[in-house]
Amino acid sequence: MSPASKALAEFVAEATEILEALGKDLLVLDERRGQEADPERVNGIFRAAHSLKGLAGLFGQERISRLAHGTEDLLDRLRLGKLLLDDAVLDTLIEALDAFQALLAETAHGSESEGLSRRAEGMAERLGRLGAPVAARDEDPLDRLELDAQVRAVFTEYEEHRLRENVRRGVSLWRVRAAFDLSDFDKGLADLNARLKPLGEVISTLPSAQPGGAHGIAFDLIFGAQVAQAELESGLKGTPAELSQLTVRPSSASARSAEALSRAPLAQAESHAALVVASPTDVLPQTPATRRGGRKKGARATPAPAATAPGARAGDASHPVVESRRAAAPEARADAGPPPGPGPASQAWLPLADPATWGARPGPASGDWALSADETRSGVEATEGHEEVAAGRGTRPARGPVGNPGAASVVEARSQGGRGPGTSGPVPSLVTYLQGPGGRAPGRTAPASDRPAAPAPVPAESSLRSLTQTVRVDIGRLDGLINMVGELLLIKANLQRLAESARVDGAVPLSKLFGQELARETRGLERKLEALQEGLLEARMVPVGQVFDKLARLVRRITREAGKEIDFVIGGGEVELDKLIVEELSDPLMHLIRNAIDHGVEPPEVRLAAGKPRRAVVALRAEQKGNHVVIEVSDDGAGIDELRVREVALGRGLITFAQAEEMGRRELLNLIFLPGFSTARSVSELSGRGVGLDVVKNNLGNLSGIIDVWSERGKGTAFHLTLPVTLAIIRALVVGVSARTYAVPLNSVLEILSVQPGDIRTLERREVLDVRGQTLPFVRLSRLFGLPERPVSRYFVVVVGLAQERLGIAVDELHGQQDIVTKPLGGRLQSVRGISGATDLGNRRTVLVLDVAALLEEGMAQERRRA
Amino acid sequence: MGHRPGRVLMRVKVLIVEDSKASREYIASTVEAVEGIDAVVTSSGFEALKLLPRHRFDLIITDINMPDINGLELINFVKKNPNYRDVPLFIITTEGREQDRDRGMALGAAEYLVKPFQPGSLESLLRRYLKLP
Repeated sequence: MSPASKALAEFVAEATEILEALGKDLLVLDERRGQEADPERVNGIFRAAHSLKGLAGLFGQERISRLAHGTEDLLDRLRLGKLLLDDAVLDTLIEALDAFQALLAETAHGSESEGLSRRAEGMAERLGRLGAPVAARDEDPLDRLELDAQVRAVFTEYEEHRLRENVRRGVSLWRVRAAFDLSDFDKGLADLNARLKPLGEVISTLPSAQPGGAHGIAFDLIFGAQVAQAELESGLKGTPAELSQLTVRPSSASARSAEALSRAPLAQAESHAALVVASPTDVLPQTPATRRGGRKKGARATPAPAATAPGARAGDASHPVVESRRAAAPEARADAGPPPGPGPASQAWLPLADPATWGARPGPASGDWALSADETRSGVEATEGHEEVAAGRGTRPARGPVGNPGAASVVEARSQGGRGPGTSGPVPSLVTYLQGPGGRAPGRTAPASDRPAAPAPVPAESSLRSLTQTVRVDIGRLDGLINMVGELLLIKANLQRLAESARVDGAVPLSKLFGQELARETRGLERKLEALQEGLLEARMVPVGQVFDKLARLVRRITREAGKEIDFVIGGGEVELDKLIVEELSDPLMHLIRNAIDHGVEPPEVRLAAGKPRRAVVALRAEQKGNHVVIEVSDDGAGIDELRVREVALGRGLITFAQAEEMGRRELLNLIFLPGFSTARSVSELSGRGVGLDVVKNNLGNLSGIIDVWSERGKGTAFHLTLPVTLAIIRALVVGVSARTYAVPLNSVLEILSVQPGDIRTLERREVLDVRGQTLPFVRLSRLFGLPERPVSRYFVVVVGLAQERLGIAVDELHGQQDIVTKPLGGRLQSVRGISGATDLGNRRTVLVLDVAALLEEGMAQERRRA
Repeated sequence: MGHRPGRVLMRVKVLIVEDSKASREYIASTVEAVEGIDAVVTSSGFEALKLLPRHRFDLIITDINMPDINGLELINFVKKNPNYRDVPLFIITTEGREQDRDRGMALGAAEYLVKPFQPGSLESLLRRYLKLP
């Protein structure tokens, strides 16, 4: 690799990592639309964009750098509270991610298309214009904080903003001082941070400028506590932390506020519990996009008897939220402008302080939902800048969204039953992002004829696969491997010594002791090599959650497009699989999930009519079962009608009547995986199930996995994908048939039987065995591969199984077990059924490796053909 | 301690604190390209704090936006500590972070560079501050 291409590869790898992290964070924001964003998350996204900008700049990737600049700029305004995160902003960020991905793909392939350049350029420009500014405040709350100017001088703009926010909300602020040993202070700090996190926000970590002795170092953490002092103290027990509270001077209006609070009735607390948003800021929605139907925040601006003011509860540590923002006094609303939004559905939602604040709200909850954005806005402005209210100039007309025509359509679409921007406007193509640019093997995806006739078809060349083949390895694992190599070197030294002494002693017959020593070292070598192999395999493992996360973003997108209401549930994301398998899994899973959403799940009205909950559940779960991982894609939708499947299969001549008569429910359902089963017509007939499922099945087959379906009318459908944990090195059973040798992956071998020819019986013209009262389908490998059959007195039957399928494979000889590395067969041999690859057995003999999944299918197909 | 003017024959040591790997490599290769300089790189402010007492650095280059402690805090730490306060310190910033940059300079950073920068500009600054020919 040339230095230039190596540098480019490094750039792509790191940029990919950054984008992945960014995508993950955006997903969380997307999931929690309408709630206030966690400042740390927004800052994380900002940092990602910031790193990307720097990185792209250094590598001369101007297009990415420019877009990153625009993105960073927007995020900077967000995290500094100068801009609020509404739907339009979030959608644009998701769109920007899509653009980044596309740009990076072009970079990786060394191309640069003008269309994309223009798109990125336009995107960057839009980012710059996006969003409504947050109203400026007159008073800087930071001025009320008594903090050494020198300390303040080391805060970044962001840290300063977070500090300001905490002061403004009346959070009690602490200086947590802790001294650690220089050698492991990071561990100590990490521990301290872990304890502090649940109790509030660590705003800044300052290494103390005072030399902490020869081997020590002290830190000051500026901490905004969401809990009372006692709880904070008990939470820090056992750490070297010392607490001292930072003084915040009360603001001028606090006295009045305290009085108002003391009169406040608590009756409203429960009825408004649902309205509480995690932690509020002044980031107040002003664009129509944030006004979403049914959000009962309008009551937030309930007329209050008097303008109350923040700071009232500064001394009350058990209620850390100080500001009671309910100064939406009637006079503030009086001169509000005409409502710009379409009535009740467009109430602005307002950030709330804390349940305590709700409980303390004075005055009647008027149930006045029809507040306009202006009104609500004025309410908050009044609270934020309470002095303004007191001065009697409460309201200012709301500033509409600036240069963001998309926002209005977003609102409209949302208020009509959750159809999102995907259908209503030029907003993002998360799908395209998810599909990623230029998947590695477009040829493997479904042919056009098999595509769903869904309203928004996925482009055929789509893939969720990663751009790079990089695997990030946990440093602990890597260290373990390096240690093992060290131990191997030790054993090598011992063996060398033994060899040396054997050489020097020459003709002297080797002693028994020597032999024992040699055997011991060899055993040690073997054990270590095994451990090393295992360790290396582990290093290839990545959590399936990686692909689940990508899919979750897709689900949100499709759900919106399809007008369905779906809760997407993910489980077992921590289950690890070979990186290669995880990558290849994304497309089949995407297929299945799209089917579930588009066709499995009924529209909300239909569900309600059927007595089901309005919201459907689509679940994606992984579970490790021994050497395999089972991934389940399920929905609680309408299910598949196996009788319709039967009809379609008969109609297409895929099965005969006689076969159909014999088939059980499960067998009938599994017909949907047959090639040719799914066509455009069958899509509508079977509410779309079966779309490209043969392709899904083939994809899985390539991974030595199999797929199985369960479905019940009215209850739902579940697909089970059973996959090996790794493809790299596997243990194999070496067998002989007609003087040829084959390897069978041991992870799919269930047992081996010795069978007399007389034990084989024919049932419905197929050969079967009776094993412990069960009928086992049976194939002779020699017949399957068209090899000359030799008369034998007994067969060895290798019983293989994946998921529910079982098959007995008759072979002549068993040669034992061996670790093998399967190499793919190139060129035309690739499509030979029943063979997954070739391997070297070490004695320079190359043998073919059986593809168990394909054989299981073949066994079943044969049954059908023979019938 | 720290920076000793007039030293030409001895090799000098530069600490680079930058959390982005690719940026770090870029800066390090630029620094190492200057004859007579050894670069010590680290990805975090914490690591930098650990490295400081173990080496005698002649110059420090730090990013501002980093996850554990920010670059400003590192500068403050260095500049307040009698053992290190004479070590010249460069900040690497990105466009648009003027406030952070200004604070860094106010805390005692000697120079700032805005990403992306030309290797030549860093090189000439290094030569100037390290008194290299």
